[in-house]
Amino acid sequence: MLGALASQILQVAVALALAPLLVGWVDQCRAWLSNRRAPSILLPYRTIHKLFVKDAVVADNASPLFRLAPYVVFGAMACAAAIVPSLGTALPFGTAADTIALVGLFALARVFIALAAMDIGTAFGTLGARREMFIGFLAEPALLMVLFTASLISGSTSLPTIVDTLAHGPLGIYPSLAFAGVAFTMVSLAENARVPIDNPATHLELTMIHEAMLLEYSARHLALLEWASALKLFNYSCIGLALFVPFGVASGANALAILGAAPVLIAKLAVGGALLALIETLSAKLRIFRAPEFLATAFLLAVLAMLVKLLLGA
Amino acid sequence: MDLTPLGLVAAPLAAGVPGQRAQASSGQLLTACRLAWENDGRLVAMWGTDERYRQRGFGLRVVVEDREGLTLLEHTLPDDRARYPDVTPIFPAANRMQRATFDLLGIAAEADDTRPWLWAESHATREFPLRRDYTVSEPQASRQDEYEFVRVDGEGVHEIAVGPVHAGIIEPGHFRFQVVGEKVLRLEERLGYTHKGVEKRFASCSIDEGEKLAGRICGDSTVAYAWAYAQAVESAAGVLPPVRARWLRALCLERERLANHLGDLGAIGNDAGFAFGLAQFSRLREDVLRANATAFGHRLLMDVVVPGGVAQDLAFEHVHAMHDEAGRIARQVRRIREIYDEHAGVQDRFRGAGRASPELARTMGLVGLAGRASGEAHDLRCEYPCSPYDLLDVRMAVQSAGDVWARVAVRFDEALESARLLGIITTALLDPATMSPVQCALPSRTSANVAIGYVEGWRGPVMMALELDDDWTIRRCRPQDPSWCNWPVIEHAVIGNIVADFPLINKSFNLAYSGQDL
Repeated sequence: MLGALASQILQVAVALALAPLLVGWVDQCRAWLSNRRAPSILLPYRTIHKLFVKDAVVADNASPLFRLAPYVVFGAMACAAAIVPSLGTALPFGTAADTIALVGLFALARVFIALAAMDIGTAFGTLGARREMFIGFLAEPALLMVLFTASLISGSTSLPTIVDTLAHGPLGIYPSLAFAGVAFTMVSLAENARVPIDNPATHLELTMIHEAMLLEYSARHLALLEWASALKLFNYSCIGLALFVPFGVASGANALAILGAAPVLIAKLAVGGALLALIETLSAKLRIFRAPEFLATAFLLAVLAMLVKLLLGA
Repeated sequence: MDLTPLGLVAAPLAAGVPGQRAQASSGQLLTACRLAWENDGRLVAMWGTDERYRQRGFGLRVVVEDREGLTLLEHTLPDDRARYPDVTPIFPAANRMQRATFDLLGIAAEADDTRPWLWAESHATREFPLRRDYTVSEPQASRQDEYEFVRVDGEGVHEIAVGPVHAGIIEPGHFRFQVVGEKVLRLEERLGYTHKGVEKRFASCSIDEGEKLAGRICGDSTVAYAWAYAQAVESAAGVLPPVRARWLRALCLERERLANHLGDLGAIGNDAGFAFGLAQFSRLREDVLRANATAFGHRLLMDVVVPGGVAQDLAFEHVHAMHDEAGRIARQVRRIREIYDEHAGVQDRFRGAGRASPELARTMGLVGLAGRASGEAHDLRCEYPCSPYDLLDVRMAVQSAGDVWARVAVRFDEALESARLLGIITTALLDPATMSPVQCALPSRTSANVAIGYVEGWRGPVMMALELDDDWTIRRCRPQDPSWCNWPVIEHAVIGNIVADFPLINKSFNLAYSGQDL
């Protein structure tokens, strides 16, 4: 039990520490792919550090909700990191919360950040919040469908169990997971405010979704939110890896196995991050009203995955 | 335009293009504008001047352009209580020019829209800096909130105010959207935040200092402004610069056009979320600017064009380098154009966004690059080619779709055409026939008191009007950016588009702020 607890704490710590690195890596890959010289991979850490040492400026008419939201969002993302098996499946916390709770955690963060964005009453915050909820309500069902497909295969909605089944059970090839994988990639792009749905690098306030909601934040609040979005990307990447390439994740609380899983995780994240950068470089941003088509496609693929599993048992 | 049926006596106008000038009463002013409109014409510029010290009251100047060239209409108002006729029913673009004329000089049109255009911030609206008896007073409290935007009422309609401070580092402009959901019902622009008194400053400049100031009105069009100014001065002097200077000016103007088009093509791609385009085009633009710095000592070519010629000759090795560079850039631009054309996502963003129909373009008087993307086939380099363009046979790029895609297509065509012209120009510069001094002296007295320079900059035609005394003292200098005519069109082009597309549409026009606020 003590080992499991250590494994749990280690995984959250790894997530908190590595998340900005993943963002830095994706930014580096994006720069290389467009023939630019890349910024340092440590840039996100420096940004977060810089923001933490600055003095916070808060709008006069901000309510306590506005100040609270960054902590709630960060907390939710850290919690999610405790549920997603990134290094090992021995997660005591995992039994307390399954995939549905995980989607709920993401939704909680979304609701808080959207409320905080509307709290100040600026046009951009409201605009961003509205768009965020619009994207969210299209993305969430697709995400749930993907997770249900994996749950059907393993007969459990608990992520550690799913990973155990897929990684350590009898080797099986699941066509349903192929559909689910594509659907999950699309949902991840939308949920993490990446091109083609949103553009994390834009400075055009009228086109922003995620960034528009953060416009009023500064200093430690902004640092927490930046860190939380890095964590979100990390979590989504780990969910994707857990569902579709679960190999190398340690089962049980064996310290050696968990340490061995770390390089595998980093390698998988590096490849995943590079692929994300490739997708972003090759795409232009969609018009916002094309987002429903994009996410409906994701939903359709997720439903197909489930049907393949249910009807064909594959 | 034949003015004789109106009872006007036309005199030739000293200008870089064919032109005439005439004194007009208020009735004749309106009729002449109407006639110009019917003759495929459009409003180029409107400004006022204080001539009370010469016992002539206030002067109003209206420049219209039609198929036969420029017509400068001069109207005199006895005092500031007199009104001149409102020409906005004929030329909608006149609205802001009339308001700005009032803000600067205190002479008003018989128009309904009397809102200030320049003076809402920290200046008393009853002080007029272009009057000769104006003295600077203390800045006053901000009056920005008093400006009355037109509102739209209805279920679910709300207002989005953007700027003048933006999330990115761009020039200040305020945009007031009335939207329902994401759809734009109405947009109203508010500019003037970078007004700095350029016209007032001109009045205290010598003719040589004026060149420096002209080159700094709009940094991205510095060659066009400097050439327009030099052209006006040379027209007033009745001299033509030496042949080599003329070729070097064309070289600079085409390099400026090329650099700006390259920058814009990248930035438009970036605004569509295609950062790859920005990276590629930024690199190409940087190559052009660095070659400028090596050859002329300034990245944007400021102060290269001077009255009487150009400031310096170009060494042969730089001519050779620019010749090779033009071919290389053309090849790379063609390659990236294929990528843009074949990219479904980029094309989806470009097509149909921010459409300014040919009818709208004609009615509103859309000019320059944006005009050519909406079927307004006007390019001074083709219509009134000044030397050396008369030898270059410029191919005009025209599209009729009027959307972002069309403005991108015109930019691609013009960038490639500029690269082709640069090849010809650099070849000509190596020709012994173009060897000559690069500057000529100006006579000590002017031969005309009013002169206009008119040059096709990358954004559109740039006009410089000079009113001079015989001893070259500048009485009045009016720089006119094509943006004056194009900004109002954006308000129409975005209607029905989604708010999130506005930055892309705005960038596809890429109009001047500082250059128009003066």
